[in-house]
Amino acid sequence: MIDAIRELYSRRDLLIIMAWREIKVKYKQSVMGMLWAVLMPIVIVCSGFVVRYAMAGMSGKPVESTDLMSVAVKAAPWAFFVSTLRFGNTSLINSAHLVTKIYLPRLIFPLASVSSQLLDFSISTVAVTLFLAIAGAGVSIELLWLPLLLGALVVLATSLAILFSAASLFLRDVKFLVDVFLTFAIFFTPVFYESKLFGKLAPLLLINPVSPLLEGISDVVIHHQAPDLPWIAYSCTVAVVLFVVSLTSFKKLEPFFAESI
Amino acid sequence: MADNVLEVSGVYKKFRRGELYGSLRDLLPAMVGRIFRPKLKPAEVDLDKRDFWALRDVTFSVKRGEAFAIIGGNGAGKSTLLKLLTGIMRPTMGDIRVAGRISALIEVSAGFHPDLTGRENVFLNGAILGMTRDEIKRRFDEIVAFSGLEEFIDTPVKRYSSGMFARLGFSVAAHVDPDVLLVDEVLSVGDYLFQRKCVERMNAVIAAGSTVVFVSHNLRAVANLCPRSMLIERGQVQMIGPTEEVIRAYYKRGSEPRTADERRKASITEVIAHDDSGRVVEIESGSKLRITVRGHAQQRIEDMSVVIQIVDDNQYSVFDTCTQRLGAGALTLEEGDSIEATFELDLSLAEGTFHVNAYLHRYLTDWPYDTWLSAATFFVTGAHDVRGLVTLYPRLTDCRISSGASKSEETVDGD
Repeated sequence: MIDAIRELYSRRDLLIIMAWREIKVKYKQSVMGMLWAVLMPIVIVCSGFVVRYAMAGMSGKPVESTDLMSVAVKAAPWAFFVSTLRFGNTSLINSAHLVTKIYLPRLIFPLASVSSQLLDFSISTVAVTLFLAIAGAGVSIELLWLPLLLGALVVLATSLAILFSAASLFLRDVKFLVDVFLTFAIFFTPVFYESKLFGKLAPLLLINPVSPLLEGISDVVIHHQAPDLPWIAYSCTVAVVLFVVSLTSFKKLEPFFAESI
Repeated sequence: MADNVLEVSGVYKKFRRGELYGSLRDLLPAMVGRIFRPKLKPAEVDLDKRDFWALRDVTFSVKRGEAFAIIGGNGAGKSTLLKLLTGIMRPTMGDIRVAGRISALIEVSAGFHPDLTGRENVFLNGAILGMTRDEIKRRFDEIVAFSGLEEFIDTPVKRYSSGMFARLGFSVAAHVDPDVLLVDEVLSVGDYLFQRKCVERMNAVIAAGSTVVFVSHNLRAVANLCPRSMLIERGQVQMIGPTEEVIRAYYKRGSEPRTADERRKASITEVIAHDDSGRVVEIESGSKLRITVRGHAQQRIEDMSVVIQIVDDNQYSVFDTCTQRLGAGALTLEEGDSIEATFELDLSLAEGTFHVNAYLHRYLTDWPYDTWLSAATFFVTGAHDVRGLVTLYPRLTDCRISSGASKSEETVDGD
């Protein structure tokens, strides 16, 4: 694993250029350009509002502004997580012509894809911050939790992207599985709702390591309270373990990429 | 040894015919086995009937600063070997050691993205081939000048013609300074002028002390660039030695008698280049060469003539003649008849490699009964005073220098 990181470091210029290529290519020949990065979170936020109003109608409780803000603040990280997995998943398959013809550290492909999603995420974060500022979300000391929460989210998404990219290279089943799963994952993840709505069953939702992170973000940004520490610790552990596992198995499988793709 | 930049020892590579995985039942043990047993010993490698060896026990080494060629027919395993050398694939068994940065002039435009401009692609491809951004920035103008595409450098490469595409690719690749450069068939890129530029560039790279491993079907280019080479056939090393000898061995293997095709009305069974002492491969310029063509008729054929054509390494025709033109008239063969025609030639050819194409030609319809390209190959030697394809037997009859300052003249008289 250390070797993998060292090799990547020695080819860091390539990683930067490949990430830049992803970004550049994504927005070529489009008039809106990078503004598209904000579109996906906006759609998620809008559908979240609709769901919230529907739930309020059923339960008879009014919709509170913090609920809407909570949906908005969770939408951007969720969009980042989903698109990182979706594009990371196919990053190796879509570069088949390079994988089979030129040698370069293959970790570059999923990582370049993650980097371009990170840029989109930064843009949408700016948009969300503006929205929250206008809506009057306020600031508090709890915001200091944010770097840890976002860091864990990025590590988690990156690890899964690396793992899936290699797995779907060998087995296209993985590619379809991930796609199908991502389409419906929003129902199993507390983006539009909070896990506490489910009472005793809440831990079942929180097993998904993204859930505690999303709720944590909402806690510190909207509710100005510390996140649920045991669950955050769980998510961070999963993220670190997955990172080591995905990197190690990627390097183990790498020599067989060219003949198996 | 310390001065070996490239050392390949006992390398085997196994491939599988057909689809990689038939079912989930095959797959799981295969994946598990791969992860836990990455290195195999010869005895452990079982070759089931779907597997085949693309390379078997390949061993060679290349010294620092050497130009080394790998020669072999289609499917001999040359490309597989290059993929192992670059690290794209890993050998099933055996070791490959490379000292320093290895770079490949293979698929030079694989790294291009069609939507990006030429400029952007130079940076992208340069980085893929192992240059840093500073290096690319420093050599950018040189690269573009080499490609001759200054005008179109800010146009997306999807609007390029395939020739422009390949030229830009080669230009980037040719400006990477590797310790070992692998070159595969890229010298056939672009027009004649660009090709010559490429060969010059190769020469410069070799002169600058880089190690070059060269794979090509253009054997003349190989012979000019590389003093030493290796012949590989069906995945096995046949011979390593001076390039001239290896090329000769390669052509000798190529001209084996072939079996008659039953569906043809007539077929050529044998083409031999020979002189008084028998079959020849190497022949002195200016001497007499005989070419014998043997054929067999499966059905009655009419209006037939036997044609021989001599072509150079690039398959350009140098000379052709036929029995009809030489006065034999239209030939008629009954079913089961055989024909043998021998042509005697005064070989006014310059040094080089030439191939004999033979045809059983049908006059009326201008359509051959049978064609055999490169049926025989021979090398012409001895014409040291000329270059080109043929010798016109030059003699120097006069050569003088007129001095502008004094009136004295130096005269050299030839014979």
